[in-house]
Amino acid sequence: MPTFVYMTRCDGCGYCVDICPSDIMHIDKVTRRAYNIEPNMCWECYSCVKACPMDAIDVRGYAEFAPLGHSVRVRRDEEKGVIAWRIKFRNGEKDMELLAPITTKPWGKHIPQLADVPAPSQAMRDSQLLFNEPKYIRLDEGDLHTLASNGLVMKEGVYY
Amino acid sequence: MAYNTVVEDNIDILVVGAGLGGTGAAWEARYWGQNKKIVIAEKANIDRSGAVAQGLYAINCYMGTRWGENKPEDHVRYARMDLMGMVREDLLFDMARHVDSAVHQFEEWGLPIMRDPKTGHYQREGRWQIMIHGESYKPIVAEAAKKSADKVYNRICVTHLLMDDAKENRVAGAVGFNVRTGDYHVFKSKTVIVGAGGASNIFKPRSVGEGAGRVWYAPWSSGSAYGLMIQAGAKMTQMENRIVLARFKDGYGPVGAYFLHLKTYTQNCNGEEYESKWFPALTEMVGKEYLDTEGQHLSHKPIPTCLRNHAFISEVNAGRGPIHMVTMEAFQDPHLEEIGWHNFLGMTVGQAVLWAATDVNPKYENPELTTSEPYVMGSHATGCGAWCSGPEDVSPPEYYWGYNRMTTVEGLFGAGDAVGGTPHAFSSGSFTEGRLAAKAACKYIDDGKAEGIRVTDEQIQRRREEIYKPMEHYRIFRNEITAGSVNPNYINPRQGLDRLQKLMDEYCAGATVNYMTNDKLLQIGLKKLKLMEEDLEKVAAEDIHELLRAWELKHRHLTSEAVMQHTLFRKETRWPGYYYRGDAMKLDDANWHVLTVSRRDPATGEYTMEKAPCYHLVGAGE
Ligand SMILES: Cc1cc2nc3c(=O)[nH]c(=O)nc-3n(C[C@H](O)[C@H](O)[C@H](O)COP(=O)(O)OP(=O)(O)OC[C@H]3O[C@@H](n4cnc5c(N)ncnc54)[C@H](O)[C@@H]3O)c2cc1C
Ligand code: SF4
Ligand code: SF4
Repeated sequence: MPTFVYMTRCDGCGYCVDICPSDIMHIDKVTRRAYNIEPNMCWECYSCVKACPMDAIDVRGYAEFAPLGHSVRVRRDEEKGVIAWRIKFRNGEKDMELLAPITTKPWGKHIPQLADVPAPSQAMRDSQLLFNEPKYIRLDEGDLHTLASNGLVMKEGVYY
Repeated sequence: MAYNTVVEDNIDILVVGAGLGGTGAAWEARYWGQNKKIVIAEKANIDRSGAVAQGLYAINCYMGTRWGENKPEDHVRYARMDLMGMVREDLLFDMARHVDSAVHQFEEWGLPIMRDPKTGHYQREGRWQIMIHGESYKPIVAEAAKKSADKVYNRICVTHLLMDDAKENRVAGAVGFNVRTGDYHVFKSKTVIVGAGGASNIFKPRSVGEGAGRVWYAPWSSGSAYGLMIQAGAKMTQMENRIVLARFKDGYGPVGAYFLHLKTYTQNCNGEEYESKWFPALTEMVGKEYLDTEGQHLSHKPIPTCLRNHAFISEVNAGRGPIHMVTMEAFQDPHLEEIGWHNFLGMTVGQAVLWAATDVNPKYENPELTTSEPYVMGSHATGCGAWCSGPEDVSPPEYYWGYNRMTTVEGLFGAGDAVGGTPHAFSSGSFTEGRLAAKAACKYIDDGKAEGIRVTDEQIQRRREEIYKPMEHYRIFRNEITAGSVNPNYINPRQGLDRLQKLMDEYCAGATVNYMTNDKLLQIGLKKLKLMEEDLEKVAAEDIHELLRAWELKHRHLTSEAVMQHTLFRKETRWPGYYYRGDAMKLDDANWHVLTVSRRDPATGEYTMEKAPCYHLVGAGE
């Protein structure tokens, strides 16, 4: 459902332009404020809403089937690692606040630099294993499955 | 046009499209090619691009081998059953035996995965799905890909693959343009891994007007993976196997967690269970093997997704719609109610907006469901995509030509939606396929297979002219009229998309014709697609943004033609509920227990179709 931008809050920083996967948040050349250039290609993914430092972007349900008067707001806090949502029904009967974690670790710190890990051995290259396998699969028997290891017949086609 | 040409040379591995498949590929490539040059070309911004841009609330493919929950072959049996027999079991087995290691990495990187407080295992939504707080799923895997890549080019719309001028049928990189600067980008590369995603918006959506972007699969899934590979002459498989989804009406909110975890169920307008009523007649159509109405509860085989759709569609046709999801019971439990809402906020916010706008409180009202327009993709409960080599220790000769996930074009690999015959990979499986393709691509280079690649300036120049042609066309013809969008010499990308969607809908079994087609309709459809191809030469782009839409349209058109050709070739209704061949309503195992394979000749545009054996490597099991 399409986004729109509150003129008084937007400062034209362009974060929404940078992030929108659909390439539809653009800066108006005259007003220097952002706007949605193609509402019928908006997935309402909220990527721009989450990225806007000024809380200037909001979403209104599609005119095609959604009546006016509701609101679904979001605040995503990378530092704290949480996302907070607030959903208000148009009839005022429901007003929900929901919170969820977005990460359990500081960003990127626990992702290894594969350029620096020990190079794969020839045996590893010749096997079917991927990086850090079979360790990462954490198999009790400690190895990767093959058809043979699972008692299956290899390379034999059966129609049924 | 005055745009610069930017050349990135000597690339070893070019990843085109960095969604779940592409990020997996870029990440893993660094391990097997520590000194190799790895470059990513992504249409949007890698941090929030692809189908997982807004997040996910579940990882739909996880074996749990560490806890003895499932073995890879269990997953093969399940996916095979769901796809009515038609899968590449070698690829599926291979993905399933590696997928857990991808998921365990995600957790180490910070993705919050829920745990079952009793067992300490990951919280299961169903047998194959685990629950996550996945709002930041995409930024997390993007971080991993960025750590491995030498360079990430965001906002590059890749339009064509470059081909080797020294050796036929070998890839040599890709070209495209920058959606911000307009610059022409040339990537010369020894190998290319295509992860450019599936295709939405090929069929007329149920949504109209301002809401037309509210489709189930992301509107930016432009079928580029297929368009690029088809254009390069790669063989494709199972392109007729499009998917139709049962989802919450209008918002297309997910139903997985509702059915599996919240234990909700569906009813017709009279509050009756209707599904099982349709199964006896359906058994006649598909055979007992796929739908054993008596034995199902004993065998515990889940009913194939398409057949459940068939029951849904039939009940609505019988005048007993709408179909409702019974949420009122589950939502009395505040914990389950919260999960129900989080499920939307984590992956389809639009559904939450819609319920808030229409005052639908599922605690007191059972919401409506609908069946969607069809989608073409290779990683959900459907398996369209390129015909790829399998791994050496599993694949029979027809499925094996040396490098895992390599297409029939040398040096060209696929991952995720791009790979055919591997349904039920979902996000984790797509990432895993990227990893597998990356290892194989490094081996391909190390084996010396990419020696002597040559790309002529002629090829580069020819592509450049082709790419900007829509802008050139606009410049020449726009002054023929006063203003507006009606021009006798061109159509704009939106007009083209409308035409494509209408004709795919009407002739190739879309939603408004009840997913029904036949030989005659398909023949007409193909003719209209050919005419449209001529008009696509005259598509006009007013600016770079429209140029992006023009190329998305061209990729969608190429994908559509493959879908139409495949649907015509398979003369049976293999997946009732996804589509029907009115002139061949019965599933015909005697003639069609085969995989369909196509190739479009890049020079002539002619299609050749063939059947490939469908090998069952995994026994039926108990
Ligand atoms: C609403 C919804 C719910 C889902 N639910 C689940 C779930 O609960 N669990 C689960 O595991 N899976 C789920 N999936 C499926 C999952 O998202 C996909 O299986 C997976 O993302 C496919 O990965 P991919 O890499 O093939 O495509 P994508 O992730 O879509 O990536 C494609 C990438 O290619 C880029 N691209 C496209 N065209 C070009 C071009 N021309 N040039 C350059 N780049 C290009 C795109 O920008 C994008 O980054 C869901 C999907 C949707 C839409
Ligand atoms: S909601 Fe998503 S698609 Fe719509 S404008 Fe924002 S980022 Fe773009
Ligand atoms: S991110 Fe917010 S403040 Fe910045 S341009 Fe977009 S709408 Fe304006």
